[in-house]
Formats: sequence, C-alpha cells, structure tokens
Amino acid sequence: MSGENQEAGPSADRPRKAAMALLAQATAREMNEFWANWHDKPQVETLRGPETGLVMVRGRIGGGGAPFNLGEATVTRATVRLDSGAVGHAYALGREREKVRLAAVFDALWQDESQRGAVENVVLAPIAQRLDDDLQVKRAETAATKVDFFTMVRGDD
Amino acid sequence: MYVAVKGGETAIRNAHKLLADRRRGDRTVPAIGLDQIVEQLALAIDRVMAEGSLYDTELAALAVKQARGDMIEAIFLVRAYRTTLPRFGYTTPVETAQMAIERRISATFKDLPGGQLLGPTFDYTHRLLDPDLAGDAAVDDPERRIETHEQAPRVTDILGHHGMIETDGDLPEDAVPGDLTREPLAFPLERDLRLQALARGDEGFLLGLAYSTQRGYARSHPFVGEIRIGEVEVELEVAELDFPLTLGRIRLTECQMVNQFKGSSKQPPQFTRGYGLVFGQSERKAMSMSLCDRALRATELGEDITAAAQDEEFVISHSDNVQSTGFVEHLKLPHYVDFQAELDLVRRMRAEHASRDIQEAAE
Repeated sequence: MSGENQEAGPSADRPRKAAMALLAQATAREMNEFWANWHDKPQVETLRGPETGLVMVRGRIGGGGAPFNLGEATVTRATVRLDSGAVGHAYALGREREKVRLAAVFDALWQDESQRGAVENVVLAPIAQRLDDDLQVKRAETAATKVDFFTMVRGDD
Repeated sequence: MYVAVKGGETAIRNAHKLLADRRRGDRTVPAIGLDQIVEQLALAIDRVMAEGSLYDTELAALAVKQARGDMIEAIFLVRAYRTTLPRFGYTTPVETAQMAIERRISATFKDLPGGQLLGPTFDYTHRLLDPDLAGDAAVDDPERRIETHEQAPRVTDILGHHGMIETDGDLPEDAVPGDLTREPLAFPLERDLRLQALARGDEGFLLGLAYSTQRGYARSHPFVGEIRIGEVEVELEVAELDFPLTLGRIRLTECQMVNQFKGSSKQPPQFTRGYGLVFGQSERKAMSMSLCDRALRATELGEDITAAAQDEEFVISHSDNVQSTGFVEHLKLPHYVDFQAELDLVRRMRAEHASRDIQEAAE
C-alpha cells in the first residue's frame, strides 16, 4: 500500500504523506460525501487552482536501471487556506477538480491537531478500507488464475 | 503569374456536419457513453493512452468516440490535447517490482516465487466468436482464491543473482533522462530516449519489426523472461512539500525479454536483455518494444548492423504514427500549384524529346 517503501522525506512527515496519498486516491463521490457530512465547515479560501496539468511519468531501464520518460498523465492540483490559517495542498491523477479542492481542504484540516482525529476516522479510514478491500479482491481474483503444475507419471519406474 | 485561390468554406462546414451525423449514426440506437467505452473497450483505451502518450482513461474514451473508433485519429486527438496543458514536473521513477500484479507469467521458469498468474488473458481461448456476447447476458463473478500473499520477485533479479544475465540498463550517474517532447531528436540516441520513443510508438510498426527479428533479420533468440501487468504508484516531488507526493496509481505492462549471450575476454558469457514498458494492458506492444529495444542495442553490444530493426534512425524516425500519418495524409491536401509546375515540366521535356527525334530523323 501507499507509503510502504518510502524512504524519502523526514520521518515526521510520513503520516502526512500517507494521509495525502489516501486523499489523492479517494473518488469524487467519496470526497463530496465526506464534505457534505462534515460538521462545522471552515471558511475556505482557494489560493491556487484547482488546475489541471501534466506530469511526465518515469520508468527505469530494465525495471531498476537508469530513469527514462515513459509518457505523461493528467494531474489536478489545488492549494487552499482555512480561516484557521492552515494551508492545505492536494495533487491527484486525473481531472476531477472539486475532488482535489476538497482533498486540499482535508489536508489543511488534518494539520490541525484538534481536527486530525476526525479527519482520520471520518475521511481517511474509509478510503484506506476501500483501497484495501479492492486490493484483497483483486489479489484473490488473480490468485484464482495461478497455474498449479502437476507432473504426469509416465512408465512404470 | 501566381493566382491565390480561396474557397470551400461551405463545403468544409457541411462535411463536418455530415461527419457529426455519421458519427452519431442511427438515432434509434442509444449513444455510447464514455464510461461504456472505458469499461468495455478497455484495451482500445489502453492503446490510445500508450501511443497518445497520455494516461487519462476518460480523455482516451472521448478521443475514441470522436474519432469513430479510428485509433490513429484518436491518438492524434490526445496528442493535440496534451499540448494545451502545463507540465507540473517529472515523477520519481515508478517501481515495477512493487506492482500490484494482475497478470504475471514467465516462459523461462516454470516454478518461480509468486507463481504463474494468468490474469484476464486471451491466451488459451479458442478464438471462436461468442454469440452470447451479441446480447447482454449476465456474466458470472470471477473465481477468488484466498491465500497468503506471496511476493513475486522479478525474474531478471533471480537470474541476476548468479551473474547469468546483464544488469538493468545503467547510464552515467549524472545523466538527465532525455525528453523527446522537449528537445528534437538527435541521432545517435541513448537508450533512455529510444525507450521513450518506443513506448509511444505504433504497435503495428513495432510488431512488424519485432517479427522481422524473429524471422532472422537481426536474430537475438529471445525468451520472455517475464511479463507483468498491474498497477504502480506514481509519485511527484513538488516545491511546496519536502516529501514525494503520491498522485495515485496507473496500470502498466512490463516485458523483460531475455536474449542470447554476450561475453568478452574480461567477462564470461551472459544473457542480454530487451525491455518493454507500456501504459495500460498491452502485452503485444510491450513484447514488441522489448524485441526492438534489444535489436537497437546492436552497436552497444558490438553486433553488425544488418537489418532494419537494428537501424536506430530508421526505426525511431518512423515509429510515431502521428508523424507518419501526418506526412502520408498530407498528400491528399491540395497540391494544385505544385502539380501544375510538374505538368509544365513534363510537357517541356516531351516537347524537347519530340524535337530531338525530328532532328535525328532529319540527320
């Protein structure tokens, strides 16, 4: 899952990195629902975006060698400031602007110690659960197509 | 005298209106939705994303619909669209070793850690048309098998431990990956730029070249070390945060082709490799790419260049179907003045020829 093999970044930031990874992988429907049900909505000022652009996705020669440019992907980003002063960022693949704007709002809320627990429970936990469920289902469906070889016995000895 | 000619605006406008009508077709048939194209023509979407060099399933579906299913036209539309967007940056290289695997096979080892996972493949189907698909018959849920998750190490790493195969391709430490969307290509290319060009290259063109290497035009005796299809995480470093951000997941197909030996007085013989990496589920393209990558390493591996597939300038200059179709299809645009000049020239040549005949007859 996200963040599993990450060495980069100071360790203090790893939880935020994991939180942002989950927000990026939320669906637009999930985000709208979480926001609609959020009690005590803060005033949100949009500092940047939401705007759509491209990233050049890189691979590695042979899978683990020198990097090369594979092709581009659409990405949407947004930056917001809450009335508390907290600034939130979000980047996600695709072109769903409102989803990304809300992801930035939840990133800003998450940074507020008093709100973090609620963001974790109401927003991040359900996203993580869905992603994990999807992964387990896909794994089980793929595992069912695993070849079990058996040896044909030929002759008497 | 040069006479500028204008006209055709009404004809063009009406032609495009007619195109829109024919694209929609019979109005009693429901219009096809982008979600239907994404879900049910998924491999067409994958091809448009790979050769359009833009990962966005919904845009690719729109392109397929707008192009009436003409894949190269759809790829052209996607390429044109990407030029309208700003570039936010380059991702950190994706880790295919960490892929959430949906299919993974090896033709070189039967029993390998992680196993042979067939996934949703056309292989072993009988290629008989299925009349049931003409309707909307219910489809069963797939089987599931719950088992402890087993890591699937890359086959090339298994072989690599014993020094039997060359390592993943390295370039000098300080090498910045070339980007053909930013700089015009200058031959000869490094392998990174070749791979970028091949990844967006035309599947049919690369397939034909790959086939030519199997038929003896730059033979390399290939084995599929491994093909894996699945999702990888995409990460981006951004100025406002001091850790790489996860943007989401994309599906890729990777092919590790294992080829015949190379050794030297200093190094014992070992297998060489070709590499393929493609957006989406596209095994044929990834395999073709890896065969072409291997053939194009001829100079690096000290092989004689005897075949088209080894000729970098030939392969890379002609692999892009948007460029190819642009130049081939421009021939149908008005060349009236050019052709008048040619016509005039051939008339003069014929006149000279005739007068020479008369002169020769007189002498």
